[in-house]
Amino acid sequence: MIEIIGMTKVYTTGKVNVEALRGIDLKIEKNDFISIMGPSGSGKSTLMNIIGCLDTPTQGEYHLEGMKVAELDPNRLADIRNQKIGFVFQNFNLLPYATAFENVEIPLIFKGDSFKKRKARTEELLEIVGLKDRMDHKPTELSGGEMQRVSIARALACNPSIILADEPTGNLDSVSGAEIIEIFVDLWNKGHTIAIITHDTKISSRTQRIIKLLDGMIVDGGGA
Amino acid sequence: MALLMFINQFLRDIKSQKLRTFLTLFGIIWGTTAVTLLLAFGEGLHAQISKASHGLGDKIVIMWPGRTSKPFQGLSKGRVIRFKEEDAFLLQKEIIQMGQISPEYNEWSVQVKYKKNVFSQNVTGVYPVFADMRNMIPEEGGRFINALDIKNKKRVVFLGDKLKNDLFKEEAALGKYVFINSTPFLVVGVMNEKKQDSNYSGRDAYKAVIPATTLSAMFGRRYLDNMVFKPRDPKQNEYVKEKVFEVLGKKYRFDPEDKEALMMWDTTEMDKFFNYFFYGMRVFLGILGAFTLIVGGIGVSNIMNVVIEERTREIGIKMAVGAKRIFILSQFVFETLLITFIGGAVGFLISWGILSIFPMFKLEQYVGTPTFSASVAILATLILGLIGFFAGFFPARRAASLNPIQALRL
Repeated sequence: MIEIIGMTKVYTTGKVNVEALRGIDLKIEKNDFISIMGPSGSGKSTLMNIIGCLDTPTQGEYHLEGMKVAELDPNRLADIRNQKIGFVFQNFNLLPYATAFENVEIPLIFKGDSFKKRKARTEELLEIVGLKDRMDHKPTELSGGEMQRVSIARALACNPSIILADEPTGNLDSVSGAEIIEIFVDLWNKGHTIAIITHDTKISSRTQRIIKLLDGMIVDGGGA
Repeated sequence: MALLMFINQFLRDIKSQKLRTFLTLFGIIWGTTAVTLLLAFGEGLHAQISKASHGLGDKIVIMWPGRTSKPFQGLSKGRVIRFKEEDAFLLQKEIIQMGQISPEYNEWSVQVKYKKNVFSQNVTGVYPVFADMRNMIPEEGGRFINALDIKNKKRVVFLGDKLKNDLFKEEAALGKYVFINSTPFLVVGVMNEKKQDSNYSGRDAYKAVIPATTLSAMFGRRYLDNMVFKPRDPKQNEYVKEKVFEVLGKKYRFDPEDKEALMMWDTTEMDKFFNYFFYGMRVFLGILGAFTLIVGGIGVSNIMNVVIEERTREIGIKMAVGAKRIFILSQFVFETLLITFIGGAVGFLISWGILSIFPMFKLEQYVGTPTFSASVAILATLILGLIGFFAGFFPARRAASLNPIQALRL
């Protein structure tokens, strides 16, 4: 489903070039549950951002469900982010002024669903993450774990091909973290494809496959 | 739905940036008020002045006899030209483009008396068409001099409104007799009040107008003071003036090119001057107002820059979950347009309010009635729209062209 060949990413800051990725080859199949591990600065987040079409690689090929992502225009990329990819961030990235309901609804607005359809879907999603009774609360009125569950619901909104989570438990206490892990495992069991960046062996131990990155290269687990 | 989101967003921005939004709005409000009021007052003043200048007469030419400045056909220069009543008929006959023409006699400082009220006034002798050319409209029930008065040299008088007030005070004048140099004259009409900003023999409001033939007989006058004429079409003024030189030059034997033989005051030239003057003034005021608005627009652009900077992260989130660039762009353009139009609307309201209470100050006779014309409103709205669009477009485009990850990191 996802195939990455010889991907590099070079950041230019001033006169210094930083090679974040130095030739990544990676395959992710449907219903994979993988974790990406590695010390900070190893390029985990860069890799995930590129997979999530939030960033573009310097070199290399990226095939997503048969599409060559490098050839797509910004509008098409926006559609992919909307419908093929569900992103879960470490710091949640929820809109602070919007309620849980509104936050989950946003991708559906961009998708172009009718109001009725959106309402039903949003409620269904909040039900899945167990927050239906708190849907009128704003992020500031929610706990960290609850916020992360809202952002998972948002990621699931358009039924994406892959869920990408960048240290989803990094900002949570262990109890909430454990709950989040269970949600991911549950989603995987329901047939979702999931990739998680984590330092936490409690998460990686639950995944099918662990990919280890070091200095922008995969040192373990790259093959399918 | 997107629109609802835009509006929500807008209200939030206003709430979080109260002072800045207020200052921005103030700029636009002030700009709109300034531009509309300036143009409205300009328009009112123009109408006022052009009305007052038409008090003397609408598109008329006043002509005095002069003195030749060139020798002609063996005659020396420096000859004095003098008009007779029949010259007016000659000109009327010879020049087909001549619309109306009236001879005019003026007798200065004549005693005009009613009961114990005695005034020394200018008495004018003219033909009936004079009324039309000079916008001397009789008050209800009265009339101007007519053809029969001329024919029979009747002793009838048409009084200027101020003179009537001086003589009769509150009393009705029609049908009563006034004495002009001890000769009784029947008052047949009183002039309606009119605005008049220029004159050559006193204001019409203070004149006693009698038939030209009566004046000529009574004061033993052979020669006119001047003639007043009005071509059929004001565009033909130049041509008609040339023809007058030709016809009178032939009769009195002076060179038609001798510009000093006749002196002419063409009021259309004044009209032209006023038209250009006010056109220039409007352009000037318009530019002034437009710049005020543009400065306001820069304020809006500035606040949008700040708003976008503060919301870059939010833009990133929206992009990450699938917002297209056009969405981000239109969101901010919508916000600026809304700010501009709210400011504009308030500005319009203020102008409208000022203009509607303005008559209470009773200043019309000095500055006219400022008019809020459709063209002013359309122009200001257009400028506002453009400003709103550009003020929002450039900051928004910057935001929309960000990479989602760049926006999220900020």
